[in-house]
Amino acid sequence: MRTLKILLQKEFRQIFRNKIILGITMVMPVMQFIILPLAANFEIKNINLVVVDHDHSVDSRKLLSDITSSGYFRLIDYDNTFDEAYKYIERDKADVILEIPADFERNLVREGSQKIFIAFNAINGTKAGLGASYLGTIASNYNKNILIGLMPSIKNENKAGIDVVPLDWFNPQRNYKLSLIPGILGMLVTLVGGFLTALNIVKEKEIGTIEQINVSPIRKKDFILAKLIPFWILATVIFTIGLILSYFLYHIVPRGNLLILYAFVAVYLLAILGFGLLVSTYCDTQQQAMFIMFFFMLIFILLGGLFTPIESMPLWARAITKLNPVAYFINVIRMVMLKGSSFKDILPELGAVSIMAVVLNVWAGLNYKKKM
Amino acid sequence: MVTANDLVKTYGKKNEVLAVDHVSFSVKEAEIFGLIGPDGAGKTSIFRMLTTLLLPDSGSASVQGFDVVKDYKAIRNTVGYMPGRFSLYQDLTVEENLDFFATVFETTVAENYDLIKDIYVQLEPFKKRRAGKLSGGMKQKLALCCALIHKPTVLFLDEPTTGVDPVSRKEFWEMLKRLQSQGITILVSTPYMDEADLCDRIALIQNGKILSIDTPENISAAYPDKLFAVKANKMSTLLKELAQFKNASATYSFGEYAHVATDSKQFEAGNAPVEFEKELEDYLADHGLENIEIKEIKASVEDCFIKFLK
Repeated sequence: MRTLKILLQKEFRQIFRNKIILGITMVMPVMQFIILPLAANFEIKNINLVVVDHDHSVDSRKLLSDITSSGYFRLIDYDNTFDEAYKYIERDKADVILEIPADFERNLVREGSQKIFIAFNAINGTKAGLGASYLGTIASNYNKNILIGLMPSIKNENKAGIDVVPLDWFNPQRNYKLSLIPGILGMLVTLVGGFLTALNIVKEKEIGTIEQINVSPIRKKDFILAKLIPFWILATVIFTIGLILSYFLYHIVPRGNLLILYAFVAVYLLAILGFGLLVSTYCDTQQQAMFIMFFFMLIFILLGGLFTPIESMPLWARAITKLNPVAYFINVIRMVMLKGSSFKDILPELGAVSIMAVVLNVWAGLNYKKKM
Repeated sequence: MVTANDLVKTYGKKNEVLAVDHVSFSVKEAEIFGLIGPDGAGKTSIFRMLTTLLLPDSGSASVQGFDVVKDYKAIRNTVGYMPGRFSLYQDLTVEENLDFFATVFETTVAENYDLIKDIYVQLEPFKKRRAGKLSGGMKQKLALCCALIHKPTVLFLDEPTTGVDPVSRKEFWEMLKRLQSQGITILVSTPYMDEADLCDRIALIQNGKILSIDTPENISAAYPDKLFAVKANKMSTLLKELAQFKNASATYSFGEYAHVATDSKQFEAGNAPVEFEKELEDYLADHGLENIEIKEIKASVEDCFIKFLK
């Protein structure tokens, strides 16, 4: 116990003396919380639109005014031919071309249907996808109103059709910040816990201090514990800072029990720290550890369901996420914070992360050789 | 007491690099034993095996009667090891480093203060300074303090004076002598031949092999040839001409002198060393050298080492 105490004292002294690392671990959550949710806006606005109107009728103008007044589109130009409009796309000045055919109004009235042509610049896939769905919605609403205007009787007949009214549970305003911020919390804890643990142990190897430790009677168990505990505490502190920030900056109040959240974080951190420990046992320099951690962290975070939902990933990617602790964490933290899930609800995730914690730490422990 | 018995250590995937080649030696109680050899001779590998940091491929070794493989735990409690590279915590202060290592060995600084007092008084003014900010000599003193703080019976010092100024080196060796007088066995490695004379016994090592083990005096005395130190106005010309001199078995520069070795058998036949000196002087004078100075000298450990390498 006395050995562990002095080892811990040493670790904390070193952590608090490394002003740059300590500073960045404190600044990182604040910056990520202020900048990321504001900048990483999942709503697409200002889609640049070029219109080619061959009809010049009242109805075509009405459709255009519906589109521009939606707030999502910005009318760049009004051209006579598609080729002229296409130049805007080529120069990357426009995202979408809307072509209204000649006799739009006449055919709409006579035949009750009409086609419009939408061409999207799909280089930015998200923008194209969202823009197309916005345009589709606007056009179908317009369509409905036109029909009602033409045949008032249809208003009643329409009852037979299925009317879909979506209701967004747990996040009624579809505030993307609500789903993003718990994810950022997960990212932060993972980065701090994983990176710092891996780098710290490798630093001892690189500087050679581990030689002095290895010729001493310090037991492997104590040495490893003394490396894990400080970062476990540090990451928990950062998680708490993150929770407080999300409350004050974005008024996010966890719906679920904070104890459940912290219990999960505690186990999750064991897995992440174990992973950092494992990486450190395979590396001789901080540079190696940094790059290996970076490699895994990128995959973990990109496949963690923070930016794209896991459910829409291909099967093989979904299989990988089963081994991704970050995916479990982001899932659980969203469940508890937004849905108010109970302890029983997160049991499968907790179980998976516990298994990871045990496997990673045992593996790292076996691989950490005191005799090199 | 330390004994090494036929130690072998190889590195590389196919064990192709033979770092320690069947090394055997034994060190007596309270002796300063020096491993003398150039960089890459295998000194550090031997130390790391003896301090249980490295497993030998074959052979055995024991420290204070404890086997380095089986009883490594006991060895870790009784030895002090100072690696060649400064390996204390640079971001901790002098005091904190010392306290840390004392606690790790389950003792306190106060308990063994006597042992480190002479060294620590010099460090005392800097005790609040971070170890990384100390000068080279001070770092070595701190490292020695930390290696001594648990009162080890055997001390392993891997190149403790490399990169340390001559004054600090001298002080360092005086400290080792004092520690020896307190009954501590000291194994020290060094690439500096002049430090060899300060050891009780030395082992000359080259390419993982021990060339010779004896007291520095005996090693010097066993030098088979006669040795002369030569000086002249132009060193480079002197060396060039000496290399052409027929009666020299070896010539090399040695500080401000050039050393010339010659077969000692010729002197048994009645030739006096004075005649050899005359012959050499005439030869050099013929080749345009001036201010020639020749004297017969005793071989140093370095001369022996050079002889061994040839």
